[in-house]
Amino acid sequence: MSFENFSFYLFAAVLIGAALSVIFSRNPVHAALSLVLAFFTAAGIWLMLEAEFLAISLILVYVGAVMVLFLFVVMMLDINLNRMREGYWNYLLPALVVSGIFLTELIILIGGRVAFSKPEKVPAAITSEGNTLQLGRLLYTEYLYAFELAAVILLVAIVAAIALTLRRRKDMKLVSSNEQFSANRESRLKIISMPSEGGRREDPS
Amino acid sequence: MIIEFLTPYLGDQLAYFSWTLIKVLAILIPVTLCVAYLTLAERKVIGFIQLRLGPNRVGPKGLLQPFADVLKLLTKEIIIPNGANKFLFVVAPMLSLMPALAAWAVMPFADGLVLSNIDAGLLYVLAITSMGVYGVIVAGWASNSKYALIGAMRSGAQIVAYEIAMGFALVCVLMMSGSLNLTTIVDTQRTGLGLLGWNLIPLFPMFVVYFISGVAETNRAPFDVAEGESEIVAGFHVEYSGTTFAVFFLAEYANMILIAALTSLMFLGGWLSPIPGIPDGFGWLAAKVAFMLFFFLWFRATFPRYRYDQIMRLGWKVFIPVTIVWLVLIGVLMRMDWWPW
Repeated sequence: MSFENFSFYLFAAVLIGAALSVIFSRNPVHAALSLVLAFFTAAGIWLMLEAEFLAISLILVYVGAVMVLFLFVVMMLDINLNRMREGYWNYLLPALVVSGIFLTELIILIGGRVAFSKPEKVPAAITSEGNTLQLGRLLYTEYLYAFELAAVILLVAIVAAIALTLRRRKDMKLVSSNEQFSANRESRLKIISMPSEGGRREDPS
Repeated sequence: MIIEFLTPYLGDQLAYFSWTLIKVLAILIPVTLCVAYLTLAERKVIGFIQLRLGPNRVGPKGLLQPFADVLKLLTKEIIIPNGANKFLFVVAPMLSLMPALAAWAVMPFADGLVLSNIDAGLLYVLAITSMGVYGVIVAGWASNSKYALIGAMRSGAQIVAYEIAMGFALVCVLMMSGSLNLTTIVDTQRTGLGLLGWNLIPLFPMFVVYFISGVAETNRAPFDVAEGESEIVAGFHVEYSGTTFAVFFLAEYANMILIAALTSLMFLGGWLSPIPGIPDGFGWLAAKVAFMLFFFLWFRATFPRYRYDQIMRLGWKVFIPVTIVWLVLIGVLMRMDWWPW
């Protein structure tokens, strides 16, 4: 077994193990961390396919940003594990139906292609320049409109998310930062001259 | 070369593997030594700023102090708190050290002197350094302590906020050089003008944003609310002792050196000499890294800790708009060919 095969099977085994652990671990923090591991190993497999840009951006976006926020939220939530496991049998049947439909669709879509055709070799890179450069060039020339459209959709989602969660409390004691920064000695401190009260003077003798 | 010497004994793959391992060690051992002496330098520099002598008992002029510290930490007991998640508690320090060391894989030290000269080097660095936050968050959660969890939350929010500004600052750099390869980024700063050709001049605001974000990213003073000893004792690593604490310490200083090295490569011309006519070389890079590291120590001795809401304001409302404006400005200048360089 070559080193490449060995690392593929290693990554694949870790990926499947991590994915199973996402579903089966009882603690939501463990599940989130397993998902991080799954993303990381998936990036490893993509890297072996010489898809360097996809692999690195998977880590940058999902591991570095999305999952951090996810973990953040999961840690802050006070999750009652016993209550979450209530009604397991009620949910089982609909879950089985949904996952059955999903599995069938996946098998129709991908399974036929994999089962009835010989495994193809990964096509070699067309040019020697990295695929980051090529992808960038394509995204900003040929697929510019699709790219910009995706960006606009994301922007709308951001605005919507902020608009949905932005509630200002009425009793908030927030001081505007401009006011804080413009504070100087004159606005906060006043030195007045007043006569001393003529207290007793100690006589040195 | 050594690889040809090894091949007959070990076979192709194993020889390549061991040669790479030797190169990795040749980078990591000096980095670790630098970390050790950075801790000494920090105590000395802050000592002098505060009119003290700093450590001067162990070895001549205190030069063996870092080794005494390491020995002390290694011989201490690792205490795992009750109710802590043992596995994550032990893994967390490794999670914070791993990215700090892995990022050195693409770091060029001089022309051609690099472990792995990949095209997407800058992206790799961004991706790897963005994983450093897991160590802090996992440590805070696994400790099963209020202080640790609060520290982890603060640090997580801070790192996420400043990473965006950092990323945008680096986008400006890659627009200037038209490449993500770190060696190419340094090479495009070679204009024959010495210091004037560096990215520092046209991208000065980005340099400032990047470096300050780097200070925030490494949780160093004045952005060290994650530790905040006056409010939350020591933040995310309050429950750590012995070796596990030493690993956190190592990671923090390794990250500082990494940020200083990246700033030198992106903005200060890496190994290029500032004055035309004087030869380039690794010495320049080392000098620039040391110069940037001095700023870290200087900041710590000078500034009081930021208030938490002001950290968030600086990250989201000041740095990100500044970087976006500069990004557009650079784009327009390049498009119009109004480029003085």
